[in-house]
Amino acid sequence: MLKYTEEHEWLDLDGDVATVGITKHAAELLGDVVFVQLPEIGAKFAKGDGAAVVESVKAASDVYAPLDGDVVEVNKAVVNDPALVNADPEGQGWFFKLRLDDIKAMDGLMDDDAYQALVESSA
Amino acid sequence: MIAAGKYDPYDFANRRHIGPSPEEMAEMLRVVGVESLDQLIDETVAEEIRQKTPLDFGRALSERGALDKMRETADKNRVLTSLIGQGYHGTIMPPAIQRNILENPAWYTAYTPYQPEISQGRLEALLNFQTLVSDLTGLDIANASLLDEATAAAEAMAMAHRVTQSKANAFFVDQDCLPQTIAVLKTRAEPLGLSIVVGDPFKDLDPAAVFGAIFQYPGVCGEFHDFSAPIAKLHAAKAIAVVAADPLALTLLKPPGEMDADIAIGSMQRFGMPMGYGGPHAAYIATRDAYKRSLPGRLVGVSVDARGNRAYRLALQTREQHIRRESATSNICTAQVLPAVIASMYAVFHGPKGLKAIAERVHRKAARLAEGLASLGFKIAPDAYFDTVAVEVGPYQGLIMKNAVDYGVNLRKVGHDRIGITVDERTRPTTLEAVWRAFGGYDLVYSDEHPEYRLPDSLLRQSGYLTHPIFHMNRAESEMTRYMRRLADRDLALDRAMIPLGSCTMKLNATAEMLPITWPEFAELHPFTPEDQALGYRELIEDLSAKLCAITGYDAMSMQPNSGAQGEYAGLLTIRAYHKSRGESHRDVCLIPSSAHGTNPASARLCGMKVVVVATDARGNIDLDDFRAKAEANGVNLATSMITYPSTHGVFEETVREICDITHANGGQVYLDGANMNAMVGLARPGDLGADVGHLNLHKTFCIPHGGGGPGMGPIGVKAHLIPFLPDHPETGGGERTVSAAPYGSPSILPISWSYCLMMAGAGLTQATRVAILSANYIAKRLEGAYDVLYAGKRGRVAHECIVDTRPLAERAGITVDDIAKRLIDCGFHPPTMSWPVPGTLMIEPTESETKAELDRFCDAMLGIREEARAIEDGRMDRTNNPLKNAPHTVEDLVGEWDRPYSREAACYPAGAFRVDKYWPPVNRVDNVYGDRNLVCSCPPTNTYLKAAE
Repeated sequence: MLKYTEEHEWLDLDGDVATVGITKHAAELLGDVVFVQLPEIGAKFAKGDGAAVVESVKAASDVYAPLDGDVVEVNKAVVNDPALVNADPEGQGWFFKLRLDDIKAMDGLMDDDAYQALVESSA
Repeated sequence: MIAAGKYDPYDFANRRHIGPSPEEMAEMLRVVGVESLDQLIDETVAEEIRQKTPLDFGRALSERGALDKMRETADKNRVLTSLIGQGYHGTIMPPAIQRNILENPAWYTAYTPYQPEISQGRLEALLNFQTLVSDLTGLDIANASLLDEATAAAEAMAMAHRVTQSKANAFFVDQDCLPQTIAVLKTRAEPLGLSIVVGDPFKDLDPAAVFGAIFQYPGVCGEFHDFSAPIAKLHAAKAIAVVAADPLALTLLKPPGEMDADIAIGSMQRFGMPMGYGGPHAAYIATRDAYKRSLPGRLVGVSVDARGNRAYRLALQTREQHIRRESATSNICTAQVLPAVIASMYAVFHGPKGLKAIAERVHRKAARLAEGLASLGFKIAPDAYFDTVAVEVGPYQGLIMKNAVDYGVNLRKVGHDRIGITVDERTRPTTLEAVWRAFGGYDLVYSDEHPEYRLPDSLLRQSGYLTHPIFHMNRAESEMTRYMRRLADRDLALDRAMIPLGSCTMKLNATAEMLPITWPEFAELHPFTPEDQALGYRELIEDLSAKLCAITGYDAMSMQPNSGAQGEYAGLLTIRAYHKSRGESHRDVCLIPSSAHGTNPASARLCGMKVVVVATDARGNIDLDDFRAKAEANGVNLATSMITYPSTHGVFEETVREICDITHANGGQVYLDGANMNAMVGLARPGDLGADVGHLNLHKTFCIPHGGGGPGMGPIGVKAHLIPFLPDHPETGGGERTVSAAPYGSPSILPISWSYCLMMAGAGLTQATRVAILSANYIAKRLEGAYDVLYAGKRGRVAHECIVDTRPLAERAGITVDDIAKRLIDCGFHPPTMSWPVPGTLMIEPTESETKAELDRFCDAMLGIREEARAIEDGRMDRTNNPLKNAPHTVEDLVGEWDRPYSREAACYPAGAFRVDKYWPPVNRVDNVYGDRNLVCSCPPTNTYLKAAE
């Protein structure tokens, strides 16, 4: 199940674990990503907490925990090669995996159509 | 304003400082479409904003008259030999460096190196500085300078707090730290809710109770210790260790990095920069690689240009306030580039062997001095020292200090019964004999015999430093002079072309204003010199303050802040203390318009304030309804509002009084950012508009040169009710609100601003403002049709700068604001301010100093660029392979195979470019992304060319 947030993040749910990354739109807005900082495995976040940092040459942004949960895996590949975030933001450029406290909370997020509408309205 | 018709060849205001001649101004007024300058000013600045009484400082002085006045004032300062120490030392600036850098407008009139293609020279010098610092401290990475040692210590404390994993809230300060450092640390800690514990690192340090600690090496009274043990204990408790180290001592002593320190800070003053009664000087900060993203301030890094050749640039800018705002690593913006360049050249000039020899000579002088005093029966401490000793004198402290003054030497009082003495590179045999005489040793004679060294073997430095070839070049003066010239030639400064940077006020820095700064009477005073020896400085500071008060409508000034951002911090601290005195310390909300400069929210955060952002409307003005709602919503908690006037969008907002009234009605104070004061001097006064406190950027409005990115001065003015809460200093009987290491900031550059005021006088200063406004409106008018000018005032006029919209070019031709900026380099210009305050636009500030010919050259360049973009829009030019996308063009482009769909001539001689005096950028467009992905911040191996990753 693929969902989106207003902070331009995507979540892909598998069981109770959601893979989290930034959307293609967000990656384009940031420009060439030069640095990614990821959370520690085991870190617990509440929805809206700053969980990771992504920086381009001209902008810096927090990546927020999209829902309550704890981090079970992080993508070291984007730390070593931040360009992956631009090359494949919604695939190999994922940031971390979050075990959700409550998978029903996914229902409150946007689906693909709603997110595309958001992107178009802000363009 | 100025009597017409009479030609006065000595009229500085009209014949030197103001660019357009009367005839040129008449033509500019015609283009703008007004009858007179009076009419333009009436249309730009509303009557209710204007000041009622004209500025009057009496008769303007000629250049010669001003220099005579400076000489007369300088003569009131008495230059004794300072052995005071305490962080400031006598030093010898090599004459070649004085003439080729400090006194060379190619270096001192440059701007901050944000545009790397036209800044390669000073970026290389700063990279040398970073290499110097990281080598001496034994740490991985150093930044390109901070403002002074005390604030560097405060930055280190804040950085330690960011990176520590300790939960403690206290910071330990070695009791041997410089008193001014301790005062600034206490000042900075309190609003952040941090506490300071001062004590002996070997007795009083409880590592579990602190998130970090700072140790002074050597200490203020000369003692030095190996801090490895307390540092290991700190690390075991996950706390951070900072060492404040003397860089000259580090040529002989084990460096902080080898004690496993996490951060080192200090002052590079004694590397060739005179004491100047307190500044300016470059401070340094260095850290280990793991903490590089938490470093404050500017950092030079190595990258590649579009051809894959090596190029330097400012790295990791996302740490800084202009991007992170209240989340930035610091509010710091200005650095100390010119002093840092001088320090780096001093090291290139002497090389590692020369520096070590200087340090050894200094140490021998200290040892000879101590041996002599010991032979007189005095007890000297410590046993091991580098350049400083303390002598026990019992009840004779006053007598000996006075004797020393009679022999021409200033010493340092330590407590009630000791005297501190610090020797330096300038100390002569006769100085040592004078000190001995002051202590009663009339018969002691200086001997050349080598004294016993007092440096313990265990702390002698074993590791090498400055191994890079740049510190081993042939040091013949011919070669040194050419090196400095080569670097200067790579850069574009005001001595070659207009620098139309919006909000930066790159106006003339007149030579006559600059001359006095190197006079010994201004340059060689220690900041803690007894007051009766600095009467000239007192007169200068008092008269300049009075003039700045008359200009701003404030009642008192503090000269202490060393930059605009420091001024903001000092002003907010003043407001905070005022609220506290009234039992209202709960007031902690700071209203800031979204259009504010990034330092505003960053400074507010450092003062422990909560930032509430106020919206701006479509015209760039503060949204009055939103402002009122947020002021009222925060009511009893409102501390202050921070506004910029005229606004950062370059408009004289007519609601400014209402904004001040609303703030006051809700119990808040108004802080007015004086960055745009060049649009106000003589026309309107912040104090009359309702501001309670605000800073002036003396390096903008009052002619102190930018120095390639510092020094600056950001004195604050306050209304009478805030005077008791202004910054103070431990040397002048305070220490609760100390924002800089020295009581008056950087006094040695104050003669520049003072001379400017004296030579312009009231009418000249006012005329400068009027012409600055005329020049901006002239540019706006000439660019009309080609570009939209955003944010004009009610009657269609801009203030002293204008924002031109280049976004249509992006939409229609794919040409970004970067492309336009880089193409302007081909035209021989420093680009205007990019994407601030509005993304995708250029902000242009011509200042009053540019002639009509130069304004026209710039307008021609901008119009030429518009035509090039039009050719792309119309399909006559390729969208990716065109002169804008390929800009800037270098000689390398010309000598290679030419396969571009435009001519070499079109590439290199666009509209506005000089043919004979063409500026050739040394590199093609610099790859920012490569530099931040592959961070290198010290000198790379020579003669190797990096190849871009792609």
